[in-house]
Amino acid sequence: MDPKPATYEPPPLIAPGHSFASVTDKIAAIVLSGRQPMGWFIGVTIGFAITMVLMGALTYLLIKGTGIWGINIPVGWGFAIINFVWWIGIGHAGTLISAILLLLKQGWRTSINRFAEAMTLFAVMCAGVFPLIHTGRPWLAAYWLFPYPSSMSIWPQFRSPLIWDVFAVSTYFTVSLLFWYVGLIPDLATLRDRAKRRSLQIIYGVFALGWRGSVKHWDRYEQAYLLLAGLATPLVLSVHTVVSFDFAIGIVPGWHTTIFPPYFVAGAIYDGFAMVLTLAIPLRWMYGLQDFITLRHLENMAKVTLVTGLIVGYGYLMEAFFGWYSANTYEGFMIWNRMTGPYWPMYWVLVFCNIITPQWLWFRRVRTTPGLLFCVAMVVNIGMWLERFVIVVTSLHRDFLPSAWGMYHGTIWDWATFIGTLGLFVTLFFLFIRVLPMISIFEMRTLVPEAKVQGAEGH
Amino acid sequence: MADPALHGVLAEFDNPTSLLNAAHKAREAGYRDLDAFTPYPIEEISDAIGFHDRRLSKIVLGGGLAGMLAGYGLQYWVHAVTYPINVAGKPPNSWPQFVPVTFELTILFSALAAVIGMIVLNGLPMPYHPVFNVPRFSNASRDRFFLLVEATDPKFDRKQTMDFLKTLQAREVSEVEP
Repeated sequence: MDPKPATYEPPPLIAPGHSFASVTDKIAAIVLSGRQPMGWFIGVTIGFAITMVLMGALTYLLIKGTGIWGINIPVGWGFAIINFVWWIGIGHAGTLISAILLLLKQGWRTSINRFAEAMTLFAVMCAGVFPLIHTGRPWLAAYWLFPYPSSMSIWPQFRSPLIWDVFAVSTYFTVSLLFWYVGLIPDLATLRDRAKRRSLQIIYGVFALGWRGSVKHWDRYEQAYLLLAGLATPLVLSVHTVVSFDFAIGIVPGWHTTIFPPYFVAGAIYDGFAMVLTLAIPLRWMYGLQDFITLRHLENMAKVTLVTGLIVGYGYLMEAFFGWYSANTYEGFMIWNRMTGPYWPMYWVLVFCNIITPQWLWFRRVRTTPGLLFCVAMVVNIGMWLERFVIVVTSLHRDFLPSAWGMYHGTIWDWATFIGTLGLFVTLFFLFIRVLPMISIFEMRTLVPEAKVQGAEGH
Repeated sequence: MADPALHGVLAEFDNPTSLLNAAHKAREAGYRDLDAFTPYPIEEISDAIGFHDRRLSKIVLGGGLAGMLAGYGLQYWVHAVTYPINVAGKPPNSWPQFVPVTFELTILFSALAAVIGMIVLNGLPMPYHPVFNVPRFSNASRDRFFLLVEATDPKFDRKQTMDFLKTLQAREVSEVEP
C-alpha cells in the first residue's frame, strides 16, 4: 500500500516562471507596443462593416417606423425583445465572474474578469439599443420611461414590469461600468508609468486619477471593491428576474409562470459563459495568452456552462410538466403547439442546442480541447437566442381565439438590426483590447509565487 | 524634527516581505507618519504602518438608505400624491409593486457611494504628488515596493532617517522633493 495519502493539487492559475515584471510587461505591451496581430485588423474590419449595417437599418427604421419589421397583431413583440433578452443575458456572466466568484474567493476569475466585464458592458449597450428603438420613435419614448417633470404633467406607471426593467437595466449598466472602472484604475496607473509617448501618459494619467499605489489607498480600494461585489451580486440576480417579469406578470400562456425568474437567471449565466468562452478561446490564441488563461480556466468555465445548462434543461422540463399538470386548456395547448405546431423545428433545434450539445462537457477531453469547447459554446449561443424566440413567438402567435391566430417571421430589417448589433459588439470589444489591458494586471501580480508575504516577523 | 525642504525619504524594496519587515521596524523605531506603495494590495502592510479606516462601509450604508428612500418616495409621490390613477383597482400606494424600483435604486446609490466615497477618502484625483519626483517610483506600478517616511513625522531627520532606512535591506534610499 502507498503510505502517502493521495492529495489533489489543482494546476496553477498562471504558468510557472512569471514574475511581477513579466506579467506587467506582457499585458501592458499588448496595448502600448502598438502592434496588433492580424486577427485584430480582420476582426475590427468585419465588426465595423457590420456596424454600418446596423446604422443603415436604424436609419431606415427612423424614416419608416416599425412597419418595416415583421411584428403585427397577434405577435406584437418580436425581434426587439428577443434580442434585448439575449444580449442582457450574455452580460450576466461578466458580473458573475467579477462579483460572485470574487465573493466565493475563486482565484481563477482573475485573468478573465476584465474582459468578461467589458463583454457585460458592450452586451448591455447592444441590449439597450432595442428598448430605445422598439417604438420606431425613440424621441417619444422618454416620458413613459423616465420619471421627469414633463410639461404634460404625466408620470410613468410604476406598477408595470416594463418600467422596472428600465430601472434594473440602467442600474445594471451603471454599476457594471463603476465596477469595471474601479478595477481599471491601478492598471491605468501602470500604463501611465509604462507609456513612452507624452500624449498617452496624459490620457492614461487623467483616467488613473493620480493613483500611486499607497497601501492606505489599497486598503480603502479593497473595501470598495468588496462592497461593490456584494452589491452587484443581488443586482445581477435581480436584473434577469425583472426581465422575466416582463413576461411572467402578463397572463399569456407560457409566460405566466413562477419558474421564470430562476430559469431566466440560469439561462442568462449559461449563455453568458458560452459567450465568455467564445471570446476567450480566440483571444488567448491570437495574443498568445495561454500562460494566463490556462486550460484550467477554460475547464472551469465549461463546468459552469454545463451546470447552468442542466438548470435550463430542468426549466424546459418543468414548463412541459406545468402545461400538463395545470390541467389548463390554454397552457396545455401552448406547450403542445410549441413542440408540434408551426414552430416545431425551432423548439427541437433549441432542445438540441441547449440540452443535448452541452452534455459533451461531461467529458474532460472536450473541456480541455479549446476547439471543441468553442464549437459547443457557439451552439449554446445560438440555442439561447432560439429559446427567447420560442418563448416570445409561440406564446403570442396562437391567441386565445383561433380567429386571432397568426404567424411571425423576422423581415430583412429585423435581421439587419440583430446582426448589426453583433457587429457593434465585436467592434467595441476589439477597440477595448486595443486601448485597455484585457487582463487585470494588478490582480495577475497577486498570482505570482513571490506575491505572498513570507514568515513575517515583528508581530 | 520636521524638515520643510523635503516631503520625506523613500526606501525601495524588491519584495513584499522586506517591505513588511521594514514597516514593522520603522514603527518600532517610533516613526508614525509612514506610507507604503505596492503594485498590488497587501493587507499586512497597512496593518504594519498602523492604518485603519472603516468609514467607507458607513458611507455605503448611508448611500443605500438614501437610495431606498428616494426610490420609494418617488413612486409614492407619483402614484399617491401627484398623479393617482386607478390600475386594476389597486390602491394608490401599492407597495409590493414598488419593491423592484426601490431595490434597484438602493443598489445604485450604494454603489455610487462606494466608488465616490473611496475616491474622495483617498484624496483622488490628485495628478501631482511629491513621490512621483523620484524617477524609480514609476516601478511602484510594476514590481517594486516602497516605504515613505514623511517629513512631518516628529522623529524625522534627513540624515538619521536615511541611515535608518539603509539598515533595513533597502535596495535604494532617496529623498523626496516636495
